Amino acid sequence: MLLPFEKPIDDLQAKINDMRKYAEQQGIDITGEISVLEKRLDKLKEETFKSLTRWQRVQVARAPGRPTALDYIQHMMPQFCELHGDRTLGDDPAIISGIGRFAGQTVVIVAQQKGRDTKENIQRNFGMAHPSGYRKAMRMFDLANKFSFPVITLIDTPGAYPGISAEEQGQAWVIAESIQRMSNLRVPAISVIIGEGGSGGALAIGVANRVLILENAIYSVISPESCAAILWRDSSEASKAAEALKLTAKDLHHLEIVDQVIAEPPGGAHRDPKAAMAKLVEVLEHELQTLSTLSADELLQQRQVRFRKLGRFEAAQQVKKLKEQDFIPEGVAIPSESGESYKSQPTD
Amino acid sequence: MALERWFRRKRATRGDDDNSPAGLWLKCDDCGTQIYRKDLTANLYLCPECSHHYRMPADERIKLLADEGSFVQLSGGIQAQDPLEFVDTEPYSERLKRSQEKQDRPDAIITGTATMGGEPVVLAVMDYFFAGGSMGSVVGEEVARAAEVAASQNRSLVSVTASGGARMQEGALSLMQMAKTVVALEELSKKRLPFISVITDPTTGGVTASFATLGDIIVAEPKALICFAGPRVIQQTIKQELPEGFQRSEFLLEKGMLDAVISRHQLKERLTQYVRLLRNKEPSYAIAI
Repeated sequence: MLLPFEKPIDDLQAKINDMRKYAEQQGIDITGEISVLEKRLDKLKEETFKSLTRWQRVQVARAPGRPTALDYIQHMMPQFCELHGDRTLGDDPAIISGIGRFAGQTVVIVAQQKGRDTKENIQRNFGMAHPSGYRKAMRMFDLANKFSFPVITLIDTPGAYPGISAEEQGQAWVIAESIQRMSNLRVPAISVIIGEGGSGGALAIGVANRVLILENAIYSVISPESCAAILWRDSSEASKAAEALKLTAKDLHHLEIVDQVIAEPPGGAHRDPKAAMAKLVEVLEHELQTLSTLSADELLQQRQVRFRKLGRFEAAQQVKKLKEQDFIPEGVAIPSESGESYKSQPTD
Repeated sequence: MALERWFRRKRATRGDDDNSPAGLWLKCDDCGTQIYRKDLTANLYLCPECSHHYRMPADERIKLLADEGSFVQLSGGIQAQDPLEFVDTEPYSERLKRSQEKQDRPDAIITGTATMGGEPVVLAVMDYFFAGGSMGSVVGEEVARAAEVAASQNRSLVSVTASGGARMQEGALSLMQMAKTVVALEELSKKRLPFISVITDPTTGGVTASFATLGDIIVAEPKALICFAGPRVIQQTIKQELPEGFQRSEFLLEKGMLDAVISRHQLKERLTQYVRLLRNKEPSYAIAI
């Protein structure tokens, strides 16, 4: 499917293709003319994608034809060995997990998989995981810890599935637990947002030492549509919400939520999936190499400090405290039942 | 996300809103009895007839749980920035200022040290009346600091949540507070200190899906809405009626997601017993199970 702003790119591409065909049929040499047009095409792609609005970026992140997690995995490790099931509730097709060889070692993969067509999308529940999916992810984190294998997660989900069974099975509980389990890994962990990073459902497998994002991917606390429905009371204002939410790779890098933005091929990953895959492999190899110098303790600490630091706030202008009668003077010992005494702490 | 309630007209029957136009009397949401507002506030915000649990302001909650005169506030030293320069129908900075003035505190949480039934604790109490109790950078930081203070002073942590989830106006920074609070709880685990999570109406989204559901013991008040995705979102997704009592405390107790549903009258006593037992002490009173 073509995104509206891509039409000029597609038109020019079609023209180049036609000219090639014509030259071939007629046996004439117009390589000079074609190369001029190709340069123009490259420039057009670059300029179009440089100046996309945030809402257009959302559309690219979700574009059909964009490489999915499985595409990347198959490129990274042709002999990927998928491991199924959470051992409790079932096997969630929205989350793929398994082991394979990458950069000369065995790695554990956890990834959210959207469908590449309607049928697969339905089977994969559009990449929206149930609690079972997050339980499977946690099983993989444990496996990685046991064998000291690095973990790579690929994030691409509109969010955790909002449904009756998901809630009954404790969607919130498993997301919290998955965040905790991943933050406690004693092995290198790298997360890459390859398309849509939808809220808590994405973060559940995104607590890594290094969090990377593809150039046209997004990561947000809420989808622009839902945000618009709440704040503008109109989900068709999603473009405004997308602007306000600052959810693009560049924004997130600026906010220090992601560590690195991975460049996509001109015109986006969907126009040249092979190049996008090759680039990701290159970056992941480099990142794994860098993390491999850290000990288990250092990895754990680096990851926890990384997330502990996130947030923006400032000193309050006026420090408001509860009413005076609720206070005791600083430094007064309060006898407790066990006979120990605890000094009240000076505030702040 | 229940956050939207922040932006909707206030329900006239909400028992705790002193600016409510409803006047001196209100009709109980549950049993329909006419309640004199002062009777409600004097009765722990419970309907005197049917004990329906109304939302309780954070400072009242602290008075309920902390031993008299023991509370020393930790929170309040930081306030939100507007890193996204977020504007919807009005700028975030203005919404924030209004909430700060109305609730007389910098953000949607009060934390502090106290004793509870003689036990040293840190209390972290969320304020639903401040921006729907939404968690942005400040709430996340205050929760994290509360956990760290508890760990460093050998106190148990008791959190009381009431939240519409992550605060949209701080974008992905709010999302990151989920990970931040979870990471900070590790300090308590390392020191083997109890963390009791008390979930009250409503607790949804990013707060439910982070520290609130990681308590060693997780309890809720009766009929509290506790969920990841709010009922409206689910209804829109599946286009079906939701089952009776769905996502309420009693339902979640039955599903195995909570340790107990505790009425506000018993709350302090029960929490004290949990803390004492987890700290390997005799309970101070007989526990009725």
